[in-house]
Amino acid sequence: MDEVQIRLRVNGLERRGRVEPRLTLADFLREHCHLTGTHLGCEHGVCGACTVLLDGAAVRACLVLAVQAEGREVTTIEGLGTPENLSPVQVAFQENHGLQCGFCTPGFVVSVTALLRDNPDPTDEEIRAGLSGNICRCTGYQGIFKAVRAAAGNTP
Amino acid sequence: MTGRARGVGGSVLRPDGLAKAGGTFVYAGDLSAPGMLHARTLRSPHPRARIRRVDTAAALRIPGVAAVVTAVDVPGVATYGLIVADQPVFAATETRYAGEPVAAVAAVDAPTARRALAAVEVEYEPLPPLVDPEVAAGPGAEPLHPDGNVFREITLRHGDPDAVGPVVVEDSYLVGMQDQAFLAPEAALVVPAADGGVDMWLATQWLHSDREQIAACLGLPEELVRLELAGVGGAFGGREDVTLQVHGALLARATGTPVRIAYDRVESFLGHPHRHPARMWFRHTATEAGDLVSVHARIIMDGGAYASSSPAVIANAVTHAAGPYRVPNARLDGLVVRTNNPPCGAMRGFGVPQVTIGHEAQMDRLADRLRMDPVGLRVRNALQPGDVLPTGQVLGPPLPAREAIEAVAARPLPAALTAASPVTARPGGRGAHADLARVRRGVGYALAYKNLLFSEGFDDSSTARARLELDADGRPVATIHSACAEVGQGFVTVAGQIARTELGVDEVVLRPADTGVGSAGSTSASRQTWMSGGAVRGACVAVVDRLLARVARRLGLPPEVVEAPRRALVITGGEIVGAETGTRLTLAEALAEGPVEAEHTFHHRRTTALDAHGQGDPHVAFAAAAHRAVVDVDLDLGLVRVVSMALAQDCGTVLNPLSLRGQVEGGTAQGLGLAVMEELVTVDGVVTNPTLHDYLLPTTADVPALDFVALTYPQPDAPYGVKGVGETPTCTATAAVLAAVRAAVGRDLRRVPVRPGDLVDLADPVDPLGGAPYLGNKAAWGQPGEMERG
Ligand code: FES
Ligand code: FES
Repeated sequence: MDEVQIRLRVNGLERRGRVEPRLTLADFLREHCHLTGTHLGCEHGVCGACTVLLDGAAVRACLVLAVQAEGREVTTIEGLGTPENLSPVQVAFQENHGLQCGFCTPGFVVSVTALLRDNPDPTDEEIRAGLSGNICRCTGYQGIFKAVRAAAGNTP
Repeated sequence: MTGRARGVGGSVLRPDGLAKAGGTFVYAGDLSAPGMLHARTLRSPHPRARIRRVDTAAALRIPGVAAVVTAVDVPGVATYGLIVADQPVFAATETRYAGEPVAAVAAVDAPTARRALAAVEVEYEPLPPLVDPEVAAGPGAEPLHPDGNVFREITLRHGDPDAVGPVVVEDSYLVGMQDQAFLAPEAALVVPAADGGVDMWLATQWLHSDREQIAACLGLPEELVRLELAGVGGAFGGREDVTLQVHGALLARATGTPVRIAYDRVESFLGHPHRHPARMWFRHTATEAGDLVSVHARIIMDGGAYASSSPAVIANAVTHAAGPYRVPNARLDGLVVRTNNPPCGAMRGFGVPQVTIGHEAQMDRLADRLRMDPVGLRVRNALQPGDVLPTGQVLGPPLPAREAIEAVAARPLPAALTAASPVTARPGGRGAHADLARVRRGVGYALAYKNLLFSEGFDDSSTARARLELDADGRPVATIHSACAEVGQGFVTVAGQIARTELGVDEVVLRPADTGVGSAGSTSASRQTWMSGGAVRGACVAVVDRLLARVARRLGLPPEVVEAPRRALVITGGEIVGAETGTRLTLAEALAEGPVEAEHTFHHRRTTALDAHGQGDPHVAFAAAAHRAVVDVDLDLGLVRVVSMALAQDCGTVLNPLSLRGQVEGGTAQGLGLAVMEELVTVDGVVTNPTLHDYLLPTTADVPALDFVALTYPQPDAPYGVKGVGETPTCTATAAVLAAVRAAVGRDLRRVPVRPGDLVDLADPVDPLGGAPYLGNKAAWGQPGEMERG
């Protein structure tokens, strides 16, 4: 298949690549950019583990083609904070035991980041509804709710 | 926090938490190596077929394809398995389940590998599959494998098998096939080594068992197969069996190139064994006063095409079939059968969730018949330490079963659903279609107990190494080396806590889990905190003994102190202190001479096999749990909302309250899933819903907060008095939700997961069993009369 030249910004850096048109944004991030924090749990849009911000909106990177991100700004989990300087949401997941195996965590952190940006003080029901598109198999979600409430307290 | 605060008992945070939250933690599927090939697996579409021909030539001609391997390329033993090696690495002449591997391909990238799979020509001659376990076990059924169709049959007889009480309740129950559905699909990176062996980084639950099976299939000595644990995205039993390991190793050796082998979600559903579907019949008898007189049960489990851990799962099901109740007389029969369905094996709870669904439904039915309170009936019959179990085993302390059900019943009930409640609180949630007048609330209880650690005389152990030394800055640092697989449960946290407590240091480094140290056994059976925690503790204790002896020698203390230095010296606050000897020196001073290292292998007490009547001392210990579930059901659409869950659980000494809560909340959610949504559906042996679109997992919209009470009586023979906590809540959650739904709708529900059609008359009334009690009138169990003879 003919490859297509794409240009986009990932975590603030310009990235170029020649990709097959069918390559997903998730695979582009993981295989071309070596940003493996964007996880693939289902590759069909259900689990939310691949959630990234595309021009600020939380999207499933397994349902977006790399070519659709042409000229746009992508923020992955790695772009939300560095290991030395994690974001308040990332810290809240660690401190509130909002993760066990951690495979769902990047997707949740990105979803929560978008949720709190749009609704800085969500009710429990709003948190529930806002995160119902992300699956966690380990925690039973209660630690995640605590993390969101804690992060909401931290987010201006 | 100081070393002490970060020791055992504290809510210490996960050491891998920041990397996981930051997205830099490396999972098995994230690994790569220069020049790496990508491998994919070809699977049989037929549940049962003869393989006439496999031709890989066309696949090999595709540019970018490096190798295709099939059954003829397996140099060592052609089969593997956790208990019995009955599963072919690749199907050779016959395939026994839809999804069975037939070939594997390595290519320059994953799309090319997928194209190559399509080009492998396999000529199948489909055969009629045997998918009913009762038929497959019956006389005249064609053997599906040289080992036959019955993996194991257990006939347990206890007390007077003919004794019956005046009050009798009897029914049959069905449990669907649940999948572990860990979130990170299977993956491994295999690198061929110059010495002819392989190095493998993978997500697994049991490194040493994998190594043994891989080495046998490769025809290599075990030393040449070196495994290291990569990041594991959940397991829940589903990574206890070998799946892609041998395939990846064969391809790496065939190509002389590193190979990444990985599954997508569909393959993950097809690739690992599931929780056993079960058909169960129970007859409970009791006195008019409500004391159980006897329990008779027949449990038939569908093991699918290969053995996996079926023989151990059925033993768990049978030995726990009467539940945590005093039952003087029991006849408990179990059968686990080979069929052409997908293989089943370990999943959280290991045979106990299924029987809990049965025995708890029976207890409710009995309470109903006796017009007793269901909690009161359970309290009245609950086991106490010292009681004799149906296996003849005497129950050791502690087992607060009665306390658990009482505690959970005492928790406040949630507020009623009203017009003022948010719409998301109604069944169906945002769909906003529930008519309040047609919503019914139900409350249900379940009590269970579950064995901890491996059973039936298995000589289980875990080995760990500890090393105490000074780092480059002259600070004491401990290094722990254990092959215990961290799959998310938090062993890495607890191991550090134990090392800090025993060694009095703050800095603990956990080496990667690998086969460079002795086996830690499996991360399953609620065993690692006890077993590998015991190994880490033992190794640390030995390090302290050695260090103190060295200090005593150096200070010229008397020989009896050198022999038993703990009598005179202690480590406290980072110092070695001896009140009588006037000793006082820092750990750093004591370690200046060099590091101290020790290894320890931890064993639990010996258990025994079951005899011909299912009698013995098979289980090391037990933990009890009770759940109370509250549900709202939409009577029009048959939708269920779980409103609240309360849990009281027997936890032993709590090493980390935060981790404990995470385990019981996660375990509860998985049990809830089995009750109302999770089922891998097969039609004629073929899984029809192997995606997360169609296999429903509980989300934030489905799982309520958990009102949790920890019962913390120390287990005498366990390190620090711990008990495993991961499995017990999964056993009770399903049964409690089922009971609550039953209470809400006032129907007999005999099948999980409960489906809308079971709750409302959408069509003809659903009778999943096709007539009451189905066991005893089918071939597997002989004629009905035989049931009575036992
Ligand atoms: S991997 Fe994209 S939603 Fe699951
Ligand atoms: S922490 Fe394992 S899936 Fe969420």
